Amino acid sequence: MSSTTEYRPKTSTGRIADFVDTRVGASQIVKEFGRKIFPDHWSFMFGEVALYTFVILLISGTFLTFFFDPSMAHTTYNGSYNPLKGVQMSVAMASTMDISFDVRGGLFMRQVHHWSALLFVAAVSVHMLRVFFTGAFRRPRELNWVVGGTLLVLAMAAGFTGYSLPDDLLSGNGLRIIDGVIKAIPVVGTFISAFLFGGEFPGTAIVGRLYMLHIMLVPAMILLMIGIHLFMVVVHKHTQYRGPGRTNDNVVGFPVGPVYAAKAGGFFFIVFGIVAAISGFFTINPIWNYGPYDPSPVSAGTQPDWYIGWVDGALRLMPGVLGNFSFEWIIPFPWGDNNLILNVLLPMVPAAILIGAMFAWPWIERWITKDNREHHLLDRPRNAPFRTGVGVAGVIWYCVMWCAASSDLIATHFHVSLNDVTYWLRALFFLGPILGFIVARRIALSLQRKDREIVLHGREAGVIEMSPEGGFSEQHVALDEYKLYKLVSFESHEVLPPEADRVGHVTRSEKARGAISKFFFEDRVAPVTPAELEAAHGHHAPAIEASSENASIER
Amino acid sequence: MDTFQDPGLPPHRPRLADVDPRAAKRAERQVTLLFVLSVLGTLLFFVAYFVVGHAESIGEIRLQNTLLGIGTAFAMLGIGVGIVHWAKTLMPDHEITEMRHEVRTEEDRQVAETMLGDIIEETGIKRRPLIRNSLIAAVALAPIPAIFMFRDLDRTGASAGQIVDRLRHTMWDKGIKLVRDPSGTPIKASDVQIGSAFHVIPDGLNEMEDPLNEKAKAVVLLMRLDPEKMHISPERQTWHHDGIVAYSKICTHVGCPVALYEQQTHHLLCPCHQSTFDLTQECKVIFGPAGHALPQLPITVDSEGYLVAQSDFHEPVGPSYWERG
Repeated sequence: MSSTTEYRPKTSTGRIADFVDTRVGASQIVKEFGRKIFPDHWSFMFGEVALYTFVILLISGTFLTFFFDPSMAHTTYNGSYNPLKGVQMSVAMASTMDISFDVRGGLFMRQVHHWSALLFVAAVSVHMLRVFFTGAFRRPRELNWVVGGTLLVLAMAAGFTGYSLPDDLLSGNGLRIIDGVIKAIPVVGTFISAFLFGGEFPGTAIVGRLYMLHIMLVPAMILLMIGIHLFMVVVHKHTQYRGPGRTNDNVVGFPVGPVYAAKAGGFFFIVFGIVAAISGFFTINPIWNYGPYDPSPVSAGTQPDWYIGWVDGALRLMPGVLGNFSFEWIIPFPWGDNNLILNVLLPMVPAAILIGAMFAWPWIERWITKDNREHHLLDRPRNAPFRTGVGVAGVIWYCVMWCAASSDLIATHFHVSLNDVTYWLRALFFLGPILGFIVARRIALSLQRKDREIVLHGREAGVIEMSPEGGFSEQHVALDEYKLYKLVSFESHEVLPPEADRVGHVTRSEKARGAISKFFFEDRVAPVTPAELEAAHGHHAPAIEASSENASIER
Repeated sequence: MDTFQDPGLPPHRPRLADVDPRAAKRAERQVTLLFVLSVLGTLLFFVAYFVVGHAESIGEIRLQNTLLGIGTAFAMLGIGVGIVHWAKTLMPDHEITEMRHEVRTEEDRQVAETMLGDIIEETGIKRRPLIRNSLIAAVALAPIPAIFMFRDLDRTGASAGQIVDRLRHTMWDKGIKLVRDPSGTPIKASDVQIGSAFHVIPDGLNEMEDPLNEKAKAVVLLMRLDPEKMHISPERQTWHHDGIVAYSKICTHVGCPVALYEQQTHHLLCPCHQSTFDLTQECKVIFGPAGHALPQLPITVDSEGYLVAQSDFHEPVGPSYWERG
């Protein structure tokens, strides 16, 4: 293409920019993104933390690959760390020791890598919780929620494959547990274990294989998913909290250039700085204390990295034998006996349920509420009591399993019986989520009532008045219109009774949906209407203040 | 109307630096100071790297690691906090409103639908089912070799039967001495006092081709307790020697070493998932997630009084699996 009036840049920077522009069309990119608007809120920061810790992982991980040797060949350690001098270990372990003690800054890089891995999974998890509790997964963002969930699973996979690489005693026992769980898989478990370990456990293949997964396959998939994730964020534009001037059709915030880019870019350095400070002060994974892997010893109080804890805890909670009944069920088939190892398989079910329910939740919620509209405005968690209750139930279920992974440390630390800790956690495994749902929903409903109270009667001014009769009362100040709008501009789902289909038949699933809808939305606090506010102002007298219970209207 | 009117964006409130040039100047100096702090942090990194140098002791390593951490933290936080402070105090803080667009417009959808229809029509795949069906067959079959390619992931070349069978055997056999882990010294029956426990490996383990693989199956715990306290089933009456018993150390749950012996209660505890086995009841599971008892190794003494195995274990050791039976 040629144009009649060719643009001629004057400065050398301009010439470089023009060169790039005429080759790749950078002008269009700047036009699209230069002033793109991003809403600002502290809770949108967790996703950024996740992204930045991943960048730190790539940087520190690349450094480590230059020195790490993923071989399980035997060698005798002869590095700087005296207590292990002359000890037999794998080359992988020895090279990790060398990174720690004989490469300047190598220990620091290992610490940075491990700490940012822990922080990465944590940031992804908290980001998912933010998205869940604010309803950001609703149409049109369901697929991005699924991509996010996939990223969480990939993050755990990246963490575990990396954790196992140094071939130290702690990670070797972790692999031993993985081997045991794999062997429990019906029909194919024995073979998957043999294929994974290249023969019998521990073999000499596993570290090299995990290394490939850890530095190539899993990070490549994470990068791909991050690419899709951010692309969809651009397509959908970011969600925003409800408030004055913010509607479902607009996005209010700061432009990328310069404010948002500066804040987000600066935040990368802040995250890096915090990770560096933690790595400088707090030791993580001191493999020189654990020693090389050996199938015979084990240290008491072993803990996996935090994000594997919930699965390990589920393994601990399951009773293997009840009275004379063993959950290791031997099935007499005509060709011989086979074992269904339910004491190992059943603990994997909660993990499958939790992750499955997480992926499916956008569709579950849509089915119950029949709400298929586009949502770009976020809910405050209190304004969706049913969802908040379900989320808290899930979090509590996760945390009970997570605590169970430290049952021995809880017992020794608080001087209680290990068996009792396990019995309590077994009870909480079933009761915790139910209690969590009820309590969280009640709290959410109460906070909504408090909001109504504030809207109808204003905020407490902190000024006490004495009436001529000698009674005391506190002055209340009406909210300004912006604060008021923030408290009244939410949607509140109502019960949707089962509906008949076109031939007048109410299907069983529709009946179930109606029952769930009733269960979730029967107790409901509606936003204040202008008429209610008018009425409240009408007889706004100190005497009413004392008994303001009638402020909240429930159905 | 039963809902409130949106009052629109609240009026912009200028910051101090927007109205007071001295405040703006102050913010500028603060940002510069933070960037200077970053430079000092980078310098500290070099001090830690070159002045501490190659650490000679664990104390020096710790010092170097801490200094590198502080240096990097200042280098990064100086830049980060500086930029954010700059953005928050000196860059414009007017909120801007942008409209959202439909993810998909109806017009685009119609164009795409027509286009896809034309593309499918041009391939003729609907009119020529022979091509379609044979293609499906070919594409369905083609990836199957990729699955079989993974068969040799097991580097031992074992057949399917051998893969299952080798889990049944350990290197224990008739007459193999019980020796201490890791020193390899044999154990005389008279060395084993009541209440004591030994971590045991088979003699000759370290000469094996894959000592770790063998060790992962063959490690044994040796303990002695009063034979009166033990409930021994008839077929196991000859498996112990004067109350000295040997049990597999590999947990039957998922394979951790059952390393903790509670001498007073005669319980064995696995530190990984707290499976608890009662030594007085042939290591039956009394708590925790394990599904069956620890296998017992039948032992006796040889002519010199050393403890030796009578045979291999009579059942597979370690975590259970589908074919265990």
